Amino acid sequence: MSDLALIGMASALASGLCIAIGSIGSAIGEGRALAQALASLAQQPDEGNTITRILFVGMAMVESTAIYCFVVSMILLFANPFWNYLLSQVK
Amino acid sequence: MNITPDLTIFWQYGFIKVNETMVGTWIVMALLGVLAGWTGQRIARGKPASFWRSGLEVIVVFVREIIEDTTHHKVDAILVFAGSIFLFVATANILSVIPGYTAPTGSLSTTAALALCVFVAVPWFGISQVGIGNYLSNYLHPTWVMLPFNIIGELSRTLALAVRLFGNMMSGTMIGAILLLVIPLVFPVLMQLLGLLTGVIQAYIFAVLAIVYIASGMETQQSTSNPQPQTTPNTQTDNQELKHHL
Repeated sequence: MSDLALIGMASALASGLCIAIGSIGSAIGEGRALAQALASLAQQPDEGNTITRILFVGMAMVESTAIYCFVVSMILLFANPFWNYLLSQVK
Repeated sequence: MNITPDLTIFWQYGFIKVNETMVGTWIVMALLGVLAGWTGQRIARGKPASFWRSGLEVIVVFVREIIEDTTHHKVDAILVFAGSIFLFVATANILSVIPGYTAPTGSLSTTAALALCVFVAVPWFGISQVGIGNYLSNYLHPTWVMLPFNIIGELSRTLALAVRLFGNMMSGTMIGAILLLVIPLVFPVLMQLLGLLTGVIQAYIFAVLAIVYIASGMETQQSTSNPQPQTTPNTQTDNQELKHHL
């Protein structure tokens, strides 16, 4: 197997694994946060504004972990430094 | 397919490059500047309330309410800062429905600049409100052991602020482009609608987080709420604080 094929395969595999494993935790966390927020909204509907705001901010925090994984996988797919280096060596 | 609009060069003269990010930023700046100037002129001339003026008042009141809920200081400078960030990011994200326009917030340069503004604004507001001694003692807040972790937290939250907005907006444009290659019918439009929602929520989150960070920098040791009940004179204020927070 040539170096080019190896790097391409490794990048595709790594990006897929990265987004797959990386989104599990944040999805579970956001689901739990949403469930708790709905429960507290049912208990105290007047506090809806505060609960919603804190929910959104907290969800953004949780979301950012998945976003990091997404950014890493996008870099591996579309702006791969190893791939570019190898292409520059080949030319 | 470019991962960032920085690489699309519109115009080049020697080492000066005008890329798509800059053009998008200028479009948003011009739009906001003209709109705000025109509305301000109308208010100054005492014209009756117009559609734009009412819309801007809604936004100003909305941001002001968030600030009053979060901080206990009433600082209009924070309103100017956070409101500007909210308006800029929201406008840049909403304009992305126009074909041929890519949101400048989909580039790490723009988001890093905005995050650096927040990074500088936190000590600025903190020192101007509570003095330099009180502000620096926030870093030693639970114990002095936490000092390095507080500093690392300060840096990492700035990085998170930049990467969160960049990742969200970039993912929107990338998914749209990939879907156009795969299913070029109806489905990309739905994803664009979702992208609009994401964009507005991200603008809101960016502004709220900026306000939260600034508020945490403006805290003094007396006004932080302790979970353990203390028999000190400020227990009553602590309880009020706790009620305010819960």
